[in-house]
Amino acid sequence: MAIEHRKINALLQKLRSLPYRVHAVETPHTGYLREFRVKEGEEVHPGSPLFVLERERNPKLVRARVGGKVRQVRTELTERFVEAGERVLEIWHPLSQEEVISEVLRKALTVIHAPETARYILAPEVEKRVRKEGPGRARVEPGEDLLIMTFMKRETPLRHEGPPMVIYRIFFDPRELVPAGAALVGLCAPDEVPYLDRVLARIREEWPRS
Amino acid sequence: MSELYRELTDLWERAVYLRDIKGEDWEGISSVVEALEELRRDFYERPLDEARKRLPQLRSRLVELEELAARTLTPYEIVKIVRHPQRFTLQDILENVYDSYTELGGEGEINIDPAVVVARAMISRRVGDRVYLHQVMVIGHEKGHGEEFREGGSAKPWGNEKALRYMRIAETEGIPIHFYIFTPGAYPIEDYPGAAQQIARNLYAMAKLKVPMISFISEGGSGGAEAIGLTDLRLMASRGYYSVISPEGAAAIEAKLREGRPPRDLVERCARNLKLTAEDNLRLGTIDRIVPEPPLGARRRDYAFFKRLRYEMIRATDEVVLQTRSLRTFRKYVLSRQNGEEVPDDFGIYVNWELSEDEKEILLENRSRKYREMGRWAVCGRASRLKTFVEKGHDLGTRVFHGLRYGVFRQSHRALRRMFEEFTQEGSAFLKPVTDPVKTVYNLVAGKRRRPPRIVSPIERLEEQEELYVSPLALEDRTVTCPNAETHGCPDLWVPDLYGEFCGVCPNCGHHFPLEYQWYLNNIFDRGSIKEFNEEISSGNPLNFEGYAQKLAEARKKTGRNSAMLTFEARIGGISLIVAMLIADFRQGTVGVAEGEKFVRACDRARITRRPLLALIHTTGGIRIHEGTLGVIQMPRCTLAAREYVDSGGLYIVVYDNNSYAGPVASFLGCAPYQFALRSTRLGFAGPRVILETTGKPVPPDYHSAENALRRGHIQGVWDRRELRLKLYEALLTMGGRNLYYR
Repeated sequence: MAIEHRKINALLQKLRSLPYRVHAVETPHTGYLREFRVKEGEEVHPGSPLFVLERERNPKLVRARVGGKVRQVRTELTERFVEAGERVLEIWHPLSQEEVISEVLRKALTVIHAPETARYILAPEVEKRVRKEGPGRARVEPGEDLLIMTFMKRETPLRHEGPPMVIYRIFFDPRELVPAGAALVGLCAPDEVPYLDRVLARIREEWPRS
Repeated sequence: MSELYRELTDLWERAVYLRDIKGEDWEGISSVVEALEELRRDFYERPLDEARKRLPQLRSRLVELEELAARTLTPYEIVKIVRHPQRFTLQDILENVYDSYTELGGEGEINIDPAVVVARAMISRRVGDRVYLHQVMVIGHEKGHGEEFREGGSAKPWGNEKALRYMRIAETEGIPIHFYIFTPGAYPIEDYPGAAQQIARNLYAMAKLKVPMISFISEGGSGGAEAIGLTDLRLMASRGYYSVISPEGAAAIEAKLREGRPPRDLVERCARNLKLTAEDNLRLGTIDRIVPEPPLGARRRDYAFFKRLRYEMIRATDEVVLQTRSLRTFRKYVLSRQNGEEVPDDFGIYVNWELSEDEKEILLENRSRKYREMGRWAVCGRASRLKTFVEKGHDLGTRVFHGLRYGVFRQSHRALRRMFEEFTQEGSAFLKPVTDPVKTVYNLVAGKRRRPPRIVSPIERLEEQEELYVSPLALEDRTVTCPNAETHGCPDLWVPDLYGEFCGVCPNCGHHFPLEYQWYLNNIFDRGSIKEFNEEISSGNPLNFEGYAQKLAEARKKTGRNSAMLTFEARIGGISLIVAMLIADFRQGTVGVAEGEKFVRACDRARITRRPLLALIHTTGGIRIHEGTLGVIQMPRCTLAAREYVDSGGLYIVVYDNNSYAGPVASFLGCAPYQFALRSTRLGFAGPRVILETTGKPVPPDYHSAENALRRGHIQGVWDRRELRLKLYEALLTMGGRNLYYR
């Protein structure tokens, strides 16, 4: 599982050239687009009103789901009938340092996903190691228990199969219920650690903290 | 030297106190304060003579000002006196009124709720040359002199729970309880046991607590005060206040403010309108007696006042005790009360405060009578003499009839039946031929047995007839969006469907849209079974609150009703019951004198006729602030009536809908053993805005939801509106006491 440096580089390049995530806001259903509550270039937060869509004399306020700058507002649609799924405006969400890091790591690391909805804890051995050496240094050997899945007082160990790896990132909170399919831990080969450290350091330098 | 300095300090404190009460720019008070401050600051730098010379002038000026201030005190200034940190608190009373005390359940900050102090105390009286010691339980709010952790005397629910626990202990030990009320209001928090529900529980218990109880009110803030206020004798400090809401709160409501501070002159006007002073309350009959204070209010070191208070507390307890014994001694004793300035050291009479079983019964009767009569004079819509006479006769008639039919006859009937059952259960074959003829003869004599409602399958019983009632809300051709559409993906709802077939419930997620109260009248009860009573009792304006008469007239015109409370007899599946219903259309279902009176009468009717009692709360916004403390005393009154009904073996069910907040929930609704809420109801003590203002912490939007109330154990279940009729029918058959007519 070698990291493809070219892919990572391309990703970083792309993020650098466009440090936004673009969310297209579409109409949820047909109706008349009565009025826009935002202007081009305005800052919105999650929950701010965007526009009013009316169907069957039932005006429905469509709200922003993410924060960011409003772009590409199609004012020509005002008072016009629109179909469902019509793109009305875009919200450009500026990527924060943390979001960039998580995006890069998701590409770079081998991520272990939760097989079931349950609480997860690191196996005691591994946890001791992580506490001693810190994440990004602690290794996990083949055949070793990496995690313990606990649900309704039933504990199932999750064994690590494959080559020895380094636990680079821990994504879960041991007190919370983790839904099935969510990321638990990110692993990488021991020789890739310095490279990843360098990448993260660069991101921390380049991106503003928010 | 130090003598002079102490004198100076004392004067300065008095001047500051006066300035705080009358405001900075009143009659040059600030200049007096400044002069005194200057003297104090440079006391050791300047020659002594200067201070000696200036002091008498300043003193005489201050005395002049104090006299003027006492003559021109406004109600809002009285409120400021009560809130002043120099005012006496419960700790001062415990130190100075009682001979010794032991605080229970807390010391200072190490306490489940520092705002509520409970203490076992001794109070002594001298008769001739003997000293008698009485044991009492003292329960009250502690404001603390600037102790932040006391929350200014706002009792949290667990503080009220502590008070209740020690009331029960006092009852067990048979010692009187002295309550001291120093609270701006209860702390609005819903965590278990819940502000409203705990106050209701306290009231419910106090209604029938078998010990003499006396309360003394210095700061009576609505529900918080009521939590320890249902007592046999209510005293009040002459410079205290007792009110349904703080003047600021009333001003915010009057000005319809969403946030920010109401203007000062509006607050002043509201304070005047609320009739919250001791004299006003005595005139309204919400308190029994005033304990005189110095003209500008008693402070921490007014020992003469503490002496007076001690005298009054002992006298009050004596009176309550003597009322249960002989009326003649009681009357003589009341006449012997010294009202003058001087407080006698010698009581001249010793009264034993322990009650016998019979006396306890009389005590409870007296209490019940007292609260039933309290504020009755304010009930409007009295019928003519003849009508009341006829009604009285009718009442007596129903009482006798139901007493005979469901009491005497039922009892003997039961006893005989049980005897037969026992015989037959003995099963001895040779007894059967003996009992059978007797049984048939008995049945012949007793007439045809009226069968109690046969329990059949609800489907058969609750067969819906032709749907006739159409909600006016359904007459619009449009769609609405369910509020849960985002999370549950509900489709838009066509209004005629929603308010017709769907009963105002989203078929996808079960969100309940509000419906008008007529819908319930037409869909919950058997058709044509509703018979209203007492509809002529109408809400009035007993305090002559400015601008309120017009609002009332509007509400009357809009709804065609006289008050927010409907009381009627109805049937569900053939079972007859009494219903009290608060409706949103009339002043947001707020409770005032008329509503309280109607509720009390509904309870009594249910008790006499042995019907189940249902309180269907379409919406209630709390106690109507325009009726002041006359509204507040509906809390103890209605709770007492409800308690007497429940004790008589009835079934009291409360169903909440839409919004139910504050006073009613904290009294006669919250005390019910069976409380249910329809889905999407919001219920609690104080609304989100009030919580934000008083605690400074915002609450999540679903803080008051029915699900959360159920989670906290405030209600016993969440019902669906579409099943309400069926659920109520099941409840009538399966819940409640033994004294229902159909049992």
